[in-house]
Amino acid sequence: MLKLLRNLIKEPMFVIGMSLFLITMIAGLLGPSLYTASPNGMSYARPSAEYWLGTDNLGHDYVALLLRGLQNSLYVGFMAGIIATTIGTLVGLFAGFKGGLVDDILTMFTNLFIVIPSFVVLVLVSASWPEGRSLTLIAVLIGLTTWPWTARSVRAQAASLRGRDHISLARINGATNLQIIFKHILPYLASYVFMVFIMQVASGILSESAISMIGLGPIGEGSTSLGVILNTAKNNSAITYGYWWGIFPAAIVITMIVFALYLLNNSMEGVFNPRLRK
Amino acid sequence: MLKKYPTVRYVLQRAIWYFLTFLVAIALNFFLPRLGSDPVDIMMAQSSFSSPEIRKQTEENLRKSFGLIVIDKQGQIVRDEQGNAVRASKLSQLFNYSKQVLKGDLGTSFKNKKPVKEIILQALPWTIALQFPAILFGWICGNLLGALAAYRRGVFDKAIFPLALLMSSIPFFVFGMVLVYFFGIIWDIFPAVGAYSLQLTPGFYLDFLLSAAYHYVLPFFSIFLILAGGQAIGMRSMGIYELGTDYIKYAKWLGLKESRVLIYLFRNAMLPQLTGLALSIGAMVGGALITEMIFSYPGLGMAMLTAIQTNDYPVIQGVTLLITTSVLLANFTVDILIALLDPRVKASLAMDAK
Repeated sequence: MLKLLRNLIKEPMFVIGMSLFLITMIAGLLGPSLYTASPNGMSYARPSAEYWLGTDNLGHDYVALLLRGLQNSLYVGFMAGIIATTIGTLVGLFAGFKGGLVDDILTMFTNLFIVIPSFVVLVLVSASWPEGRSLTLIAVLIGLTTWPWTARSVRAQAASLRGRDHISLARINGATNLQIIFKHILPYLASYVFMVFIMQVASGILSESAISMIGLGPIGEGSTSLGVILNTAKNNSAITYGYWWGIFPAAIVITMIVFALYLLNNSMEGVFNPRLRK
Repeated sequence: MLKKYPTVRYVLQRAIWYFLTFLVAIALNFFLPRLGSDPVDIMMAQSSFSSPEIRKQTEENLRKSFGLIVIDKQGQIVRDEQGNAVRASKLSQLFNYSKQVLKGDLGTSFKNKKPVKEIILQALPWTIALQFPAILFGWICGNLLGALAAYRRGVFDKAIFPLALLMSSIPFFVFGMVLVYFFGIIWDIFPAVGAYSLQLTPGFYLDFLLSAAYHYVLPFFSIFLILAGGQAIGMRSMGIYELGTDYIKYAKWLGLKESRVLIYLFRNAMLPQLTGLALSIGAMVGGALITEMIFSYPGLGMAMLTAIQTNDYPVIQGVTLLITTSVLLANFTVDILIALLDPRVKASLAMDAK
């Protein structure tokens, strides 16, 4: 474990990714409670000493909005990631380990929900919740539509472990299926599942911003997300009037979180997968 | 059955599987919008009516067009003793809806009373013209770059890889907004909105085609560049993996030309990428539709946005069903391509036949 960490820290990509990730996490978790600003009532005021990134259409301070948006986007990303990874890992483990009919049925469901675009499901459900469309609802929806990706890759890995000697030994020793899955297969896949989890968080954040962009984002006091900020700016023609502070900061923050997560995932892949090492 | 023609059998099997998936998609398309509030209630709440009779009439027509109430053979609404329309059961509603959809009838738009099919057919060519080339070229260019990065490593890889990673972290629409801001507004090189100059009427003549091409540049690049970045990353790790395999080492020992080795490498690493394309095409299409909204490009994305803003459920449902259908068709095509291109799949099909 220590050796693994030492290898990771040697990777510049990991260090950059981790630093970016920690910065966004700290800003998102603590920012909204540390930094508050009262609205000045001026629509799209330019950035100034008082309002570092200017104000939005209603005169709200953009720094405060971005911190709140970051917090909410991270919440949706992690929540969706946890749901998708849990369901996907369980389905993948059982399908890969059991094989046979269980595998066929679970794989059929996985393939079915991979080809039906999750974007479509998100639009259809969100459109029918004009009120009460909360951050949690959107996070749960994203989680429930993106698990097949995890299931598919975990299944392939679990299936390749099924024939290993230590599994047969455990079986001879009378271990139950559940014991084998959780004690003898899951630990081998832990690093893999963790990497998939990182990608699920990233795609959760992207999906939320996409659904907010078409006006189906979270509604309610304090549920501004990065996608909602961008959508508001777009609806108020911030681009056409050249109010760059309405778009660029939010765009950069989204890109930065996702980039940090991709960097983490890719650097881990380089360390965990010996084939990619130089 | 069809044992002698494994490929034909495979194609048929896939076709049946995708048709069943399509039926599931219809069912989802029908039930999902009804999970929250009743769409008819939402639409009724938005409109005002001069008299209760007109209100009732409109509501009944809406429910009829959604297949929510029982209709007899003459197309008349079946009523109970009080004169209220009899509500259909959920299952028969689904059955009605599926029958309509399979006949190609997607209902009527609530807002402008046009058939949904007409609205979609108007928007569809723009979406195809924008997305098909952008996704195809993005896929090809991204894979070429990725393969090169894997093969060369060194400085080229160090420059391309982080750049590709950064590009793929940017959502399509965010990049679209950035392009609009710089190229459309600040420097004013390319038009920021629309698909052609509004002074022209669409048709096949030079001025219009030039104008359309001019408007095409920004939306195309905002999809193409982001997509190419994502593909390059996938291809790079596939390429590095393939480079370690015996056949590449052997080819190098034989002293084959570099370009020859690269072709072998590309051919083998490309197949998993093709599968990847099939699986992620849904996400790509979703992202690209939002790009259309940024540019007010008159395609399906824009049609859906307008429908969402006005709670025009028949149009939303029509567009989502069409997206799902085209994603299924794209997957089907890729499945068949893989069977034709991949010798391993071909061999296993031939094995099954024996």
